[in-house]
Amino acid sequence: MKSTRRTFLKIAGLSLLGVGTKPVFDALAEVEVAKALKAPEALGAKRWAMAVNPKKCSSGCKDCIEACHRVHNVPDFGNPKDEIKWIWNEPFKDAFPGQEHAYIEESFKEKPVIVLCNHCDNPPCVRVCPTKATFRRKEDGIVMMDYHRCIGCRFCVAGCPYGARSMNYRDPRPFIKAIQPDFPTRTKGVVEKCNFCEERLARGLLPACVLACKEKALIFGDLENPKSPVRELLRKNFTIRRKPELGTNPQVYYIV
Amino acid sequence: MLEKALSGGRRYWTWMAFLVILLGVGFSFYLRQLDYGLGITGMSRNVTWALYIAQLTFLVGVAASAVMVVLPYYLHNYRGFGRITILGEFLAVSAVLMCLIFIIVDLGQPARAFNVLLYPTPSSILFWDMIVLNGYLLLNILIGWTVLSSERKSVPPPVWVKPLIYISIPWAISIHTVTAFIYAGLPGRSFWLTALMAPRFLASAFASGPALLILLCFILRKFTRFDAGRESVQMLAKIVTYALVISIFFVLMEIFTVFYSQIPEHMQPFKYLFVGLEGHYALVPWMWSAMVLAGLGLILLINPRTRQNETLLGIACAAVFVSLWIEKGLGLVVTGFIPSPLEKITDYSPTGPEILITLGVWAMGSFILTILYKVAVSIKEELEA
Repeated sequence: MKSTRRTFLKIAGLSLLGVGTKPVFDALAEVEVAKALKAPEALGAKRWAMAVNPKKCSSGCKDCIEACHRVHNVPDFGNPKDEIKWIWNEPFKDAFPGQEHAYIEESFKEKPVIVLCNHCDNPPCVRVCPTKATFRRKEDGIVMMDYHRCIGCRFCVAGCPYGARSMNYRDPRPFIKAIQPDFPTRTKGVVEKCNFCEERLARGLLPACVLACKEKALIFGDLENPKSPVRELLRKNFTIRRKPELGTNPQVYYIV
Repeated sequence: MLEKALSGGRRYWTWMAFLVILLGVGFSFYLRQLDYGLGITGMSRNVTWALYIAQLTFLVGVAASAVMVVLPYYLHNYRGFGRITILGEFLAVSAVLMCLIFIIVDLGQPARAFNVLLYPTPSSILFWDMIVLNGYLLLNILIGWTVLSSERKSVPPPVWVKPLIYISIPWAISIHTVTAFIYAGLPGRSFWLTALMAPRFLASAFASGPALLILLCFILRKFTRFDAGRESVQMLAKIVTYALVISIFFVLMEIFTVFYSQIPEHMQPFKYLFVGLEGHYALVPWMWSAMVLAGLGLILLINPRTRQNETLLGIACAAVFVSLWIEKGLGLVVTGFIPSPLEKITDYSPTGPEILITLGVWAMGSFILTILYKVAVSIKEELEA
């Protein structure tokens, strides 16, 4: 009896000790895991951003859109009601509402401008999400999504002032032309959007849209690095952003 | 006490059977929605909240309005409402239940609903809405049921209910305030971006909820031996009148700011609602009907002679209820998405399955309300016999 109790107490004490040290082990393990996961060729930045030069866009070209939608398994339902898009063209007057005036040149008014998620520094979609399924990655500022956590409440869609988010109103898989096995497909009932190609950056590749553009109208880089191509463009050109007055601090810049 | 709901006349069972059929139809279409996805509804890429969320918004108001009988009775000792407090509380219970079901029905991935609890996110208003709605449901079930069972035993209610009743009063205000915050804090949705949203919600709730309660009192008087009493119905009618006047005043405030400032993005949604925008008129007939009904209700209610005539009062209450349902249950939510952030106007109309699912949830709410009212009324009849 006595010895049983003693052994029991011993084991209990040790177990308690083990429980107490668990966070320490976890913290150590996290560092290890993070190191192990990061590929040596991965591209890193303090703040990823994009500059768009609509003047270089040749009319009718959809290379960037097609490249993005292909690598990310974006379905094509063929109707505007269920439509899902990560990057697309909008006439200048709709991408920048309020910037048009009566004497603006007609061709400029309808000039297609590439729009995508702005990866805001102060993203309303992240603020309103009830499950943290959409979040802003602190190390490089990318606004990302966990498709497995999203409950499909669409609060983020209402919160986004750029119309960057799409809801999967039905099963997208039958509507994907050729499924790319290295990127997840989505299920019905979740929201999705551009992820600045975080999965490609992790493998040392630039975003698909940037690489697809032969005219080099899309420039990607680290905003915190004064030598980055994005910073160079911002120095040399006058740029505007979509709806900056809303305080979202969007990180896609447009050269005008 | 629940056994009271198990005995009833032929009319009672026919009504319940009717509700069960509606509920069953709604549920079978909900199963189809689960299988196909929310694409089965009229919602689209540009209009992502519609009929379901609008019902939630409207019914939160109905639920919150219980405070309009609870407050005068418990804080001002207004005896007249003693008989109908339980009706207000039970109406709140069924309305909040409907709200919660409408949230679930609107989720793209309802099986993951508990992620809201697993990853609590205080920055999200939806998180707070979940807390206040569930809390309000619990408070009203507990208070209503305890007070009623004490009444049945002819003993004073236990002391611990009193603090809960006092908490339930600001809690009622909170459910509609938090629901308004879902809309009022979003950048780029100009139609909703107004500090007046919560006060407007409350004013219209305190008109539509008590209006429904008056109609329910009339129905109970017709079909049971329970009479709410002329005095308390007239007091409720005065509450509806004041709330309706304030509600209309708030809408006019909104219209002044929007149209005197002349800011296009603030004017567009209002134009869409009342005169149509760029050839889109989907909601215009609805909104004008709502205005005519509100006007009719106002005339009948504000005039003491028509208000005291119970037939006309019934008509006025029905007009107010339908008018505010159109305003909140149809116009408010959809119009927030028009025009879209990219200046597109996408008309929305609900699909057949969407309407049947909505009716199913209303049937479920009415089913629960009938059971609760049956219990309450049977006990009151028993005590009076």
